[in-house]
Amino acid sequence: MTSEFAVEMRDVVKRFITPEGNEMAAVDHVTMQIKNGEFFSMLGSSGCGKTTSLRMVAGFEWPTEGEVYIEGKAMGHTPPFQRKVNTVFQSYALFQHLTVYQNLAFGLEMEGAGADEIKKRVGRALEMVQLTGMDRRKPKQLSGGQQQRVALARALVKTPDVLLLDEPLGALDLKLRKEMQLELKALQQQLGITFIYVTHDQEEALTMSDRIAVMSKGKVQQMGTPVEVYERPSNKFVADFIGESNFLEGKIKSISGNEASVFIPSLNAELVGMSISEGIVKGEEVNVCIRPEKIRIADKEAVNQNMFRATVTNTVYIGVDTKVFVDAHGAKLKIWEQNRISRLDPKSFYTVGQEVWLMLLPENTLVLKKD
Amino acid sequence: MLQRLRESKSAQGTFLALPTTIWLFVLLIIPLILTLIVSFGKRTPDGGVIYTFTIDNYTRLFGYSTDCPDGQASCFDPLYVNILGRSLSLAFNTTFFVIGLAYPLAYFIARAHPKQRNFYLFMVLIPLWTNFVIRVYAWMMLLRKEGAINIILGWVMNLFNIPFTPLEMLYTPGAVLVGMVYEFLPFMILPIYTSLEKIEPSLYEAAADLGANAVKTFLRVTLPLSMPGVVAGTILVFIPVMGTFIVSDILGGRQVILVGNLIQRQFLDARDPTFGSAASLILMVMTLIVTYFYTRKFGFGEEIVVA
Repeated sequence: MTSEFAVEMRDVVKRFITPEGNEMAAVDHVTMQIKNGEFFSMLGSSGCGKTTSLRMVAGFEWPTEGEVYIEGKAMGHTPPFQRKVNTVFQSYALFQHLTVYQNLAFGLEMEGAGADEIKKRVGRALEMVQLTGMDRRKPKQLSGGQQQRVALARALVKTPDVLLLDEPLGALDLKLRKEMQLELKALQQQLGITFIYVTHDQEEALTMSDRIAVMSKGKVQQMGTPVEVYERPSNKFVADFIGESNFLEGKIKSISGNEASVFIPSLNAELVGMSISEGIVKGEEVNVCIRPEKIRIADKEAVNQNMFRATVTNTVYIGVDTKVFVDAHGAKLKIWEQNRISRLDPKSFYTVGQEVWLMLLPENTLVLKKD
Repeated sequence: MLQRLRESKSAQGTFLALPTTIWLFVLLIIPLILTLIVSFGKRTPDGGVIYTFTIDNYTRLFGYSTDCPDGQASCFDPLYVNILGRSLSLAFNTTFFVIGLAYPLAYFIARAHPKQRNFYLFMVLIPLWTNFVIRVYAWMMLLRKEGAINIILGWVMNLFNIPFTPLEMLYTPGAVLVGMVYEFLPFMILPIYTSLEKIEPSLYEAAADLGANAVKTFLRVTLPLSMPGVVAGTILVFIPVMGTFIVSDILGGRQVILVGNLIQRQFLDARDPTFGSAASLILMVMTLIVTYFYTRKFGFGEEIVVA
């Protein structure tokens, strides 16, 4: 390993011509540094540029501008078959005319490996994905989950430096998907190779990744650990895309140090002691963001700042949580209350029309620049 | 009766298959039996049939002759065996050349931009709108001594001051082969195109990803996955080529006689339906044998039919 980074994208742009003849940047000045042995995810909804970015690393597409580096080497127009990366395709792309064994052996034969070596490595790869004994089947004779494992083994048997995974679990049912998430993560840790994982499923990204790049409209919105992107989203898009958030529009009233008071017109009140990021100035319009599980509900006013009266408009009991929807002077907020105590009496839950007090703790609240 | 039909699944099946069964029986089984009966008969001088049982027609077809030059009672006359052999080898050659021409074309169409694909397919189909015989006559215009090819060749040779005598292309086995290849090309292009077009593009990417260059991808992925198309096309080409007589009639003249011509002449010119029937049945058996061994090895290309 010559480079600190397994894969690096420097200021990469990919433009396509749309069927209408317009130019569109699918990937718009993306820079990413993916470390050796990292489980890195690109997360975003469809059309955000995550798959195009992955395909540029694989070599199926070439950047219009910028450069992709693998192990420190600029890739330029290097074709896929000369890159030390392998891909697990969303559709699996298994060779239907070949058996499982032949599918796995394909890549090794291309390397010119001998028959004995192929046999040994294919056997080990099949063992790794728990498909021993399936080697003579054709892909069509396997279940979706098994086909997915064949696709994984076919890429891993080549012992790539970097494994690229394009929504590999998308076609599996929920239960199998969750099992495979943990299995993939365990496999990655065991093998120690770099995984670049493309998904639109935030839970999947949070479960498996060391770091996540949240993408939208061809740009990286935020890059960080799962904790960072969830607890400290850098903008409204990320706060909204990952998990759920309440947003209150406000205006900075005063700043002292890195704490500020924010006036919220919809609550007709001021939030004090809010920590702000650099670059926010007095008088600026901001979004105050708080996660639904981080708002506290109290029956009566305690001696505390940042408390507001609100009326319960709806409650939904979902077992683990109770979702409480409230109206505070016209501002609609959602609150997830964890059901920590077992109780059956409906009267002990919040009821519609009930008056409550909400507490927004400064350490749980984020002040974000308006986009 | 109706009660039984309502209850029994197998009775329903029989009932539903009845129209097809009748159709097959009237149009296929009965004519075939009639041909078989006639082939064992004897001809009358005016072209009628005496119904008897003799294998004379078959022995004659395989070379047994009583009309011998040196006064022997019987001898081997290779005339008809040669015709059978010529038909078989022409069918093989035609299929071979048709595959060679059709595969690259189908590949080109399948990999073309979707918008252009329909146009190319249309171009492949256009000749089929013209009558089969007229298309063969067109080749006669091209190939004959005063035809377009000789005129162009002569003009080019004249430019370089090379003496040129028009080529004798018409009424040769080569002319028949060219005509056959031309006539049956679309029947090979379309199934190969269908099977190529069905290959998921991600498979090419997967092959490249696993280290295969363009040549290896073609040999290991594209070609095997398009084999059903080649097999289906081969069946569609080989069988009709075995029996056609129009192409050899027009482009081969009296020089290139195939089984098809033999059968046609027995019925129309020689007025010997018994011998014609025997030749028909032998043609059928030959085609069946080749097709049987071929499909046993490669299948029917059914993947393409199912899709």
